[in-house]
Amino acid sequence: MSADVVEQIRQVLRDHARLPVDVDGVDDHADLFQAGMSSHASVNVMLALEDSFDVEFPDSMLKRSAFESIAAIASALTELGAVAA
Amino acid sequence: MRVGIDLVSVEQVRRAIADHGDHYLSRVFTPRELAETQSEPHRLAARFAAKEATIKALGATDEGLGWSSIGVAGDAAGRPGLELTGAAAELAQRRGIASLSVSLTHTGDHAAAVVLAGARS
Repeated sequence: MSADVVEQIRQVLRDHARLPVDVDGVDDHADLFQAGMSSHASVNVMLALEDSFDVEFPDSMLKRSAFESIAAIASALTELGAVAA
Repeated sequence: MRVGIDLVSVEQVRRAIADHGDHYLSRVFTPRELAETQSEPHRLAARFAAKEATIKALGATDEGLGWSSIGVAGDAAGRPGLELTGAAAELAQRRGIASLSVSLTHTGDHAAAVVLAGARS
């Protein structure tokens, strides 16, 4: 994961995940749902990621595990070809 | 019998509409839901809760179901029911789910739904 991609994901989380904790203090592999992200907030995150990275998540990727951590999101974006592996 | 429950903040739905507009509405809700709710945030929040409660009742949090494949649809008497299409319908079939029942509620701030999934006997 490049630092730029991680920072871009963190910015989406700051704006849309509505976490009760500071996103800067969340480890790349920490569970975002455990950190307080609701299922509805994950929809906002998904839509904001689509806008930010100019991709569209297919329904088959709309699963909890794809959005459960910053690392998982980076992996999903890599799978979609939005960021370099 | 399996059960699922979910609670949604109406304010989060209101903000999602403000932030993402049709991108949000068309991605998450069925055309019938949008028509029946007139896109009112508290009513959409209840329907989102029903989708999540259904996913939980189906044991499908990691199955990759689109939210719009699960829809709330009122019957002639105005009672809410669930309509599954696409991947959600196929999963319910595979899991042997014969019936789904939903109950919705909301206050000004929150909406909730409970879904019961009954297996074929």
